[in-house]
Amino acid sequence: MLPLLLQVAAAPAAHAGAHPLNGTAAEWLWAVVLLPLLGFVINGSLSIIAAYQKGPADPSAAHGEHAAHDVHATDDTHGGHDVHEPDVVARHRYAGIVSIVGPAVLVLSFLLTAAIFIAMRGAGGGDMPAPFIQRYFSWMPVGALNIDVAFQLDQLSMVMMLVITGVGALIHVFSVGYMRDDPGYPRYFAYLNLFVFFMLLLVLGSNYPILFIGWEGVGLCSYLLIGFWFSDKVNADAGKKAFIVNRIGDFGVLVAMFMIFANLGTLEFVGVREAAGTLVPGAALVTWICLFLFLGCVGKSAQIPLYVWLPDAMAGPTPVSALIHAATMVTAGVYLVARSNMLFVLAPVAQLVVVLIGALTAIFAASIGLKQWDIKKVLAYSTVSQLGYMFVAVGSGAFVAGIFHLVTHAFFKALLFLGSGSVIYAMHKAYHHTHSHEDAQDMRNMGGLKAYLPWTFGLMWAATLAIAGIPVLSGFFSKDEIIGTLFSRGLHSTLAKASLFGIPGSSILFLSYVLALAAAFMTATYMTRMMLYTFHGPNRSGEKEQQHLHEAPWVMTGPLVVLGVLTVAGGWLNIPKFLPIGPAGLLEHWLEPVVGEAQLQVTNGTPTELSHGTEYALVGIAVLIAVSGIALALRRLDPATLVPKREAKPEEGFERVLEEKYYVDEIYNATVVKPTVGISRVLLWRGIDQGLIDKAGVHGSAWLARIAGAIGSHVQSGQLGTYAWVLVLGVIAVLGAFRYR
Amino acid sequence: MLGEALFFSAILFAIGVVGVLTRRNAIIVFMCVELMLNAVNLSFVAFAQAYGVTGQVFVFFVMTVAAAEAAVGLAIIIALFRHRQTVNLQNINLLKG
Repeated sequence: MLPLLLQVAAAPAAHAGAHPLNGTAAEWLWAVVLLPLLGFVINGSLSIIAAYQKGPADPSAAHGEHAAHDVHATDDTHGGHDVHEPDVVARHRYAGIVSIVGPAVLVLSFLLTAAIFIAMRGAGGGDMPAPFIQRYFSWMPVGALNIDVAFQLDQLSMVMMLVITGVGALIHVFSVGYMRDDPGYPRYFAYLNLFVFFMLLLVLGSNYPILFIGWEGVGLCSYLLIGFWFSDKVNADAGKKAFIVNRIGDFGVLVAMFMIFANLGTLEFVGVREAAGTLVPGAALVTWICLFLFLGCVGKSAQIPLYVWLPDAMAGPTPVSALIHAATMVTAGVYLVARSNMLFVLAPVAQLVVVLIGALTAIFAASIGLKQWDIKKVLAYSTVSQLGYMFVAVGSGAFVAGIFHLVTHAFFKALLFLGSGSVIYAMHKAYHHTHSHEDAQDMRNMGGLKAYLPWTFGLMWAATLAIAGIPVLSGFFSKDEIIGTLFSRGLHSTLAKASLFGIPGSSILFLSYVLALAAAFMTATYMTRMMLYTFHGPNRSGEKEQQHLHEAPWVMTGPLVVLGVLTVAGGWLNIPKFLPIGPAGLLEHWLEPVVGEAQLQVTNGTPTELSHGTEYALVGIAVLIAVSGIALALRRLDPATLVPKREAKPEEGFERVLEEKYYVDEIYNATVVKPTVGISRVLLWRGIDQGLIDKAGVHGSAWLARIAGAIGSHVQSGQLGTYAWVLVLGVIAVLGAFRYR
Repeated sequence: MLGEALFFSAILFAIGVVGVLTRRNAIIVFMCVELMLNAVNLSFVAFAQAYGVTGQVFVFFVMTVAAAEAAVGLAIIIALFRHRQTVNLQNINLLKG
């Protein structure tokens, strides 16, 4: 393997030119990407080898009397499989190797990323103007189209790399504890490693096609991991749903790429940025390009109307939800918009669409989150809602704010998901000990867990306060920056002067501002509700179960602690200028070469400066809303009155509408799925397949051959004389043809 | 000399062709085929006179093949007669489509 890698590395240098990063750790960019791929190869091979080896492929079957208990563990949806007594744990035969290889490649990848980050800081960091581009080989030289496999390292991809490998490494370590006893353990880590490989490809590709490979690759891994426990049809269906819904968005990215190449003649980010000057600002062309790009983001990043796959994606193992469906993959859309900033600033109408969709998604998903009972569903809708915030930011041209929220959200949402994983793990083990088949994810079965899971309890509260926007925690800074920028964009920006369907842009921006505030209120409420029902009040799991509830092992709690520190301190990355509590705008300065120009364009060349009084007022409003949201939940909700799931009565009225998620799945089923299936059955299957292809095509050509044979056979009279005549005439004809040629 | 021989050969060949085309009796058709072969033999010999001995070699080949063909052909006609009690080609049309 190593010589191959070195060979790949040897190729590039020729094209790179003189760049301050030449000869630094940045030359090892390829290794950051290929390390997870190596992990995939090793773990995947182990998974396949084990299947061909003698003895039972599923190790749980090896332990005779325990097999009976493990049957329901293997086809369980909730993860955290554990067998009866710890000393006879039946693990996959290669669990030991996988536990080392899986996280190790990520940790190495992260360390290398950190080294490259340090090299970038040495080379000027935020002042380094040109991206560092490594070309490895030419992939598609077709006429004017020339696509290289090349990586582009700039400040934006660096931020993404740090998040992916950093948070990714923590989640990989957590997974060791969470998934160790699963029969499919090597397969799990193979998929997870492959996911990180594709995600890095996505953020490092120097052109849209490479980005798109990563984009499709993470979609594939998402599908594989959602349906990881595929023996349960619900999980397999959830995977398919995610894949199919994402296809709609991917179509948009493809069309956008075609349009970019047809009109700008290049797909390289650098080339597109240079050629973007030739586009007419605000014209239909660039607007459509941006809208098609955004269609891809709507699918991948779960925005209205394509968000429906993300809540179902919770069918996968919980660390997968943390890594793919909260911290990294779903933020790819935000990255794509930020990466295409040079196009979006030319299309204010498209930007308004992004802002509006983002704001609507934020409040819509937050309101559903208010009435969910499954702890992971609450977090899933919360993720959809927070992604809405990120789109509000990047849509309004506040790319730094969007990326900032992406980073802090990766911290606190990963913490929340891993914390919920820790809770589910404890609940599942307790139910497993008592052979109960209760729902280990339903909050009505939890309650009072703070006594059993003190670390998880404390850390999840920190993340809850962060996502609610309580001051000095990370979420406060990022969310506040988004809401504040939205307000200032409504006052002064190219967006405010544009209009969408005749509605002036400033109205849309202020409407979005109000929606964002309302969503912030709901966020505080539903998160507090989740914490109250999970950790406070009496425990509702049952007396026998309570004896088996305890904190997860340190391999799981450790990553939680690290994420907890990041959750609390992450806001330090980008402290607003008017708050004198630390170095201001670190991330702002860092991302300046990538998005600075575009951000200035949105505000017509003059950076908007709100007066400090206004800034303080805006922050005050946001904090007030967060605090009142928490207070409302604390006052109105009493975990003591909650009953376990099996005794719960169905909700009524609007609460039921919320619990049933506004019946969106049912509406889609009736308006999209059923008509599609119906048209497929009647028109495509019975009409075109059976009618046209079968009858006219297959049977028709057979009929034609038979008729032709029936007519043609009369030529054969059987009379020797006739044949002789034909032969002679034929000879004469041929000879004559030679003679009179 | 060559011209006369070829003329005669052509007449002979044409008689054979006309025989094959017009006669109904399998044996006569068969004899006409032999006539055509011999017409060809005649031209081979004539050419051999003018251009060297190769043509004569071919005549031997043709005669050998013709002898074999006569044996097989007559055997077929006899077998045909035993089955159908006729050698009239108009009554033999098993290959009719």
